[in-house]
Amino acid sequence: MTLAMAGISKSFLGVGVLHDVDLDVRAGEVHALVGENGAGKSTLLKVLSGVHQPDAGTIAIDGEERTFANPRHAQDAGVAIIHQEFTLLPERTVAQNVFLGREPVRRGLVDTVAMEHATAALLAEIGETGFGPDAVVRRLSVAQQQVVEIVKALATDARIVAMDEPTAALAEHEVALLTDLVRRLTARGIAVLYVSHRMPEIFALADRITVLKDGARVTTLTAAELEPPTLVRLMVGRPLSAYYPPRATEFGDVRLEVRGGTAPAISGIDLTVRAGEVVGVAGLQGAGRTELLRAIFGADPFTAGDVLLDGRPVRLSSPRRAIAAGVAMVTEDRKAEGLALAQSVRENALLVLHAVFRRRARVGAARTRDLLATVGLRSAGEDQEVRFLSGGNQQKVVLAKWLAADPRVLLLDEPTRGIDVGAKAAVHELVREQAEAGMAVLMVCSELPELIGMSDRICVLHEGRLAGELPAGASEEDVMALATGHGVPHVEVPR
Amino acid sequence: MRTLRDRVGAAAPVFGVLLLLLVAIAVVNPNFLEPASLLAYLKRAAPLAILAVGQYFVIVSGEFDLSVGSLVTVQVVVAARLIDGDESATVPVIVLLIGLGLLVGLVNGLITTRLHVPSFVTTLGMLLVLSGAVFLWTGGAPRGSLSESFREPGRQGIDIPGFGQVPWSALILIAVAAGAAVLMRSAWGHTLVATGDNDRAAALAGVPVERVRTTAFVLSALAATVAAILLGGFAGVSAQVGEGLEFSAITAVVLGGVVLGGGRGSVLAALAGALVLEALFTLLNLLGVSGALESTVQGVIIIAAVAYAARRAGRRRRPPAVPEPSPQPA
Repeated sequence: MTLAMAGISKSFLGVGVLHDVDLDVRAGEVHALVGENGAGKSTLLKVLSGVHQPDAGTIAIDGEERTFANPRHAQDAGVAIIHQEFTLLPERTVAQNVFLGREPVRRGLVDTVAMEHATAALLAEIGETGFGPDAVVRRLSVAQQQVVEIVKALATDARIVAMDEPTAALAEHEVALLTDLVRRLTARGIAVLYVSHRMPEIFALADRITVLKDGARVTTLTAAELEPPTLVRLMVGRPLSAYYPPRATEFGDVRLEVRGGTAPAISGIDLTVRAGEVVGVAGLQGAGRTELLRAIFGADPFTAGDVLLDGRPVRLSSPRRAIAAGVAMVTEDRKAEGLALAQSVRENALLVLHAVFRRRARVGAARTRDLLATVGLRSAGEDQEVRFLSGGNQQKVVLAKWLAADPRVLLLDEPTRGIDVGAKAAVHELVREQAEAGMAVLMVCSELPELIGMSDRICVLHEGRLAGELPAGASEEDVMALATGHGVPHVEVPR
Repeated sequence: MRTLRDRVGAAAPVFGVLLLLLVAIAVVNPNFLEPASLLAYLKRAAPLAILAVGQYFVIVSGEFDLSVGSLVTVQVVVAARLIDGDESATVPVIVLLIGLGLLVGLVNGLITTRLHVPSFVTTLGMLLVLSGAVFLWTGGAPRGSLSESFREPGRQGIDIPGFGQVPWSALILIAVAAGAAVLMRSAWGHTLVATGDNDRAAALAGVPVERVRTTAFVLSALAATVAAILLGGFAGVSAQVGEGLEFSAITAVVLGGVVLGGGRGSVLAALAGALVLEALFTLLNLLGVSGALESTVQGVIIIAAVAYAARRAGRRRRPPAVPEPSPQPA
């Protein structure tokens, strides 16, 4: 069975995410789809699986044009997607998961025996011997759970299997098992669309590679025609079009220092941020960027290592302590962790003062108007509930909340995610202003051009470790090389 | 600028309903509008209103306190047995009751926040523990009696020349209301509501979420202690004195427009909810409806009030002025 997607375009609320993308996958082939974060890979998969409907373009299976109005249609047409996040029920058995919603019924009852037989047959077919159909999913390793996801896809007679970053959650030795499994799928004539940005497995598996950039297809080539460095350049090579505020020219003393910082997902991190400096943290999904910020902030504290603020060792065992010591953190998930949505702009802006610096709350209340002007908030008023604000304005409220506390160190986790271009620029300006005023800023951002544009220095994480440090204006290729663990250029950072 | 409607917000209906009910009572019984009669109504309503204030702190922080009714019973029964008519024992026993209230609130709060037991279960357990303990201790019939001075706050009043007697209950209620209103305007009050709205965000903003919630449980138990002292004086000693009060208090808070689950609603509206409930009972009584129907009426009210709040919340969920940006393709 072959898949052909042609001229796929998709935009959300006027923002184009996919532009005229062509992609075809042949039976028995592994076709790798690569690109940076935000290139449109996941959106393309969602179009293929019927979650999103394309604004233009066609999807054909075996030459026959199909319309997938919902995921069920795609499934019935033989398309299965293995998502980044697993969709398994942890307390059920493998067989129950594989047949979820399609349980064989005999005399009005679920036919457990038939279900387990069928599952066992599928497991045997792909050569899985590590567990049986009656194993409880919760007890399986992540790699084994992935196998269950794949068996689940096979049980629906999927002939086209798309995998979205299947190795993101796997340990090194498990990756080999997965690549084996993918080869067995293609041997059965299944067409595999493999989304990843990890060079080693792409080159180990793929027959052909399609590169997406900014929602458009750059090229499709056979793997034999490409070398990893060429591929990286194709993924990121673009002119830096956006404007970023000018970088700092001089820095103060070291404000934040982490020595040997170790937590469940990160180990042995050494880094410093000076007053006036914006340090970017780069890395792939799961490299430990958020974990690093949360550890510094005391939300999930370091299990080993030291944190120094202005040269003095501190124990930041909770956010409350970190805040009292002068650390602020803008979290990645604004709605779940950044705001009390049913409260007013003013309430949110004053929350840190009310919580930690009570004595300053009265003064803060008088300053709220200035503060909101500083962050450039446009809203109906201070009494507006924040849930009615746009994403950009909500983020400005979050920033106002932290600036009210006059922090020394500002941790930013994806500070511009999901906000419009204008608000992004405003956030960039604001961050730079605060740095100039002497704050030390540590910023995580998945958009590489933005990270490079904003940073005075970039720390790149790879699998929980510091893979290297790059100076201001490093190229995206250098960052990606370190982040993918492919080649480690030793660049000295001028001090 | 903020309009009056915004300012009163979800609380507006409860004050309107209260006014309507008071007018209705006055129509059935014109004497109701006399000061003495109004003050008597306040005196009856005071224990429940104080319990509602305590319950408000817990509910707005996102929890429940089901233990207050049996705590009231325990306090009254313990007081009667320990005082046993001895005037000189009054003050030490009141101190002891306050200590007991503190302890019960602290245990409720710590179990809920530190052991992560849902407060519904924690306080339901506490309700059973307390009522079992009372039963064991009294063998079903409370012994002893309260002293005159213990009963004074619930029964007597202070004479104000040219106005008549103002019940202590009413004064205590006003003091509790004023104290609660001030507390909710303090930094602590702001952190309490934020905790109920989004405890993760609150914790990441430095709010000591566990301590704030535990304090709410302690305040609720202290309110129950005050209510117990008033009820002991007003209604006397029985093993049923606090029965069902936890649900009356929750009904009152919900009537006040305070959202179950936390983060929304004002303390004075919760208090007004208690006054509405008491006014409703007064009206039903005047109309000759059996007192046995009280719990039925309460059940209907709590369901209706929550359904009303859910509808309001549904209508409030209008789309944001600026559309959310596109989902981030990873």
